[in-house]
Amino acid sequence: MGVGEFITSKLDHAVGWARKYSIFQYPFITACCGMEYMGVACSHYDIDRFGAGFPRFTPRQSDVLFVVGTISHKMAPVLKTIYEQMCEPKWVVAFGVCTCTGGFYDNYSTVQGIDTVIPVDLYIPGCPPRPESVLDGLMLLQEKIQNQKQEILPKAKWRETQSSVSRLL
Amino acid sequence: MSPEQQNNAQAQLPQVDGERPALGRLHQQFPEAILASHSYRGDDTISVAGDSLLPIMQFLRETPELSFETLMDLTAVDYLKMGKSPRFEVVYHLYSLTHNHRLRVKVPLPEDLPEVDSLTSLWKIADWYEREVWDMFGIKFRGHPDLRRLLMYEEFEGHPLRKDYPKSRRQPIVAQRT
Amino acid sequence: MRVKSETVTETMMLNMGPSHPAMHGVIRIILELDGENVVDSDIEIGYLHRAFEKEAENATYNQVFPYTDRLNYVSPVINNVGYALAVEKLLGIEVTERCKYIRVIMSEISRICDHLTCVGASAMELGAMTAFLYMIKAREFLWELLEQVTGARLTIAYCRVGGVKADLPENFEQEVTERFVEVRKVLNEVHGLLTKNRIFVDRVDGVGVISKEDAISFAFTGPMLRACGIPYDVRRNHPYLTYDQIDFDVPTETTGDCYARYLVRMEEMEQSMRIVEQALRKMPEGPTNVDHAGRIMQPSEMVDAAKVGKTRDMKLVQLELSPNLEGSERQQHQQVNALAKNVVLPAKEDTYGNIEGLMNHFMLIMEGWGIRPPVGEVYQAVEGANGELGFYIVSDGTDKPYRVRVRPPCFAFTAAIPTMIKGGMVADVVPTFGSINMIAGELDR
Ligand code: SF4
Repeated sequence: MGVGEFITSKLDHAVGWARKYSIFQYPFITACCGMEYMGVACSHYDIDRFGAGFPRFTPRQSDVLFVVGTISHKMAPVLKTIYEQMCEPKWVVAFGVCTCTGGFYDNYSTVQGIDTVIPVDLYIPGCPPRPESVLDGLMLLQEKIQNQKQEILPKAKWRETQSSVSRLL
Repeated sequence: MSPEQQNNAQAQLPQVDGERPALGRLHQQFPEAILASHSYRGDDTISVAGDSLLPIMQFLRETPELSFETLMDLTAVDYLKMGKSPRFEVVYHLYSLTHNHRLRVKVPLPEDLPEVDSLTSLWKIADWYEREVWDMFGIKFRGHPDLRRLLMYEEFEGHPLRKDYPKSRRQPIVAQRT
Repeated sequence: MRVKSETVTETMMLNMGPSHPAMHGVIRIILELDGENVVDSDIEIGYLHRAFEKEAENATYNQVFPYTDRLNYVSPVINNVGYALAVEKLLGIEVTERCKYIRVIMSEISRICDHLTCVGASAMELGAMTAFLYMIKAREFLWELLEQVTGARLTIAYCRVGGVKADLPENFEQEVTERFVEVRKVLNEVHGLLTKNRIFVDRVDGVGVISKEDAISFAFTGPMLRACGIPYDVRRNHPYLTYDQIDFDVPTETTGDCYARYLVRMEEMEQSMRIVEQALRKMPEGPTNVDHAGRIMQPSEMVDAAKVGKTRDMKLVQLELSPNLEGSERQQHQQVNALAKNVVLPAKEDTYGNIEGLMNHFMLIMEGWGIRPPVGEVYQAVEGANGELGFYIVSDGTDKPYRVRVRPPCFAFTAAIPTMIKGGMVADVVPTFGSINMIAGELDR
């Protein structure tokens, strides 16, 4: 392994470590799973232990989109807009079986899994998932964030983006 | 609440005994418009002709012995698969706070002209209920101020609770990823 | 300086929702504002339309229960009970006395959960995070209680047509007493935190007012109507189950604003606890754990014996069932289910142990057989956490309901939002919306 490679992989590791413990989540709550989400977020199960205790209620400040509850075809465009408003790097968690596959709602109004609308990183099945499985899912997500290739823009690319932004402004 | 207040509350809402005061009065007043009446499992029901719905409802609401002040529910049933004719029935559930009794009023509507008078002039809640029935069954309400879809989106075609609408015919508005 | 008369002002349109931080429900409010005052508004709903009514038409009578759980998902048992009562009314059967009390107990515990969530969430939206955390803690205690009985926390599908899934576990009464001590503590704390808190009272007092006449015209029911001073409560006016044998108050207020609704909900939780305590005392004796034959047998042994035709004494033998089926053993099964073989599934010992039980089970599960009520229609109302929850069921004589219609209580409140917020400030929309406790699953079905 060359020195450069060593440094990038260590940097990757460090950035991943930082990212996985500062998950700013956007809870996109629509249905029954939201009640269980409240249970997880409150003091009894306390997801703050995983560095994810701080919901941001604006997509532009958050890293992880928690899609909690059934998505209907009327709601799908809203979900898509919100996903597009989030900044990179971003992850999506499908919370509950409705978001994974449509669950037991197989009818004219429900989306059969949100992965038909936006890409999904982690599926937490259950109707609703128990808080324990949500915590388990969260740890899996952390693992994924830690192990993935971190997108850190190289300097040249960074400048390019900057100038294109200032051109726009 | 003190016990006295509670007694008052009960005095305001006396229990009606087994008689059917609503049906008798109505038969006298509108002999022609009442198509049928029955009382299945204790639920009083009348079927009325569509064109006299508005006066009947007004009568039910304003007569002191009846005083059905609340339109508890408004819905429709599509009898296509049961082979009943006419095909649709709009169902109103009325409740009287004063006398503590209930009444179900049904209006049969033919398939080719599913239209009935709107009750928005009598009850404010009728606005949304009627929009929902229009959305789900495609039944029109004459005189409704703003008959739009309520639950489905504007792009949606058809009326999903009709029996001939397939259960899983989807009409997505965003492109589906594969 | 006087403002010139030709100064033109314009109203501004503001969109709230459908995914808005200060609203725990998917609904879109389009406001027309003049400065900070709401001139007019329009409501768009349907973002959580999941076609409950269409799904119910395609399921057998017992299969509808899981769907009813997801109507008002904060108090699922009440929906279960309402639907079960409607089907039972259609069939003309009555459940046992013990089962009625169990249903009352479970409904009231659910109602407390619902009010805790409603009050907590609406307080949180006004910035009172502490109250929310406390109330969710109390709800967690009750959910654990529900879990002991039903095996699930939230979507529990506890009722069946003609009975309930399983009897109450041992020590239930003691558990309830212990947990109610905790809940009462939380309620006291919340009273201390909110009821006389200047900041909270200023935000809710006189806000979102609705007059009595409007409330009736909008078909309000439940806590919202009682906050206007009309003591209408289905439990009192049309008693179902055993509510007529239980002593409880129907709290009312007169002002019809958000503060009145808060007070009514807080008092109702106390009344619900009273109901549960009385029901536990009045409930007829629990299961008798006497074994007729005095012999305990493993299910496999029993099946083996049945295979060679030794079923003569089977009805007398108590089987050891898997822990998942706890509470639905034969003796308990008889306590909590109606005596109607054409409706209620046999006890699991019978299904596994003898041919009659197996056939009975099979007949009820098989497509096209099952529970087949006579042709007809019924409307049954129960007091949901938000008000009158009605089920209107039309049967065509087959094993699937022809039409199931739910009368969702919060539909009326949501339709009245424009009336309630008109003339107020933008900031008043949030407490008003919080106080109506809109549950999207029930509103959009
Ligand atoms: S997965 Fe189950 S609990 Fe969650 S939103 Fe869907 S139906 Fe509700």
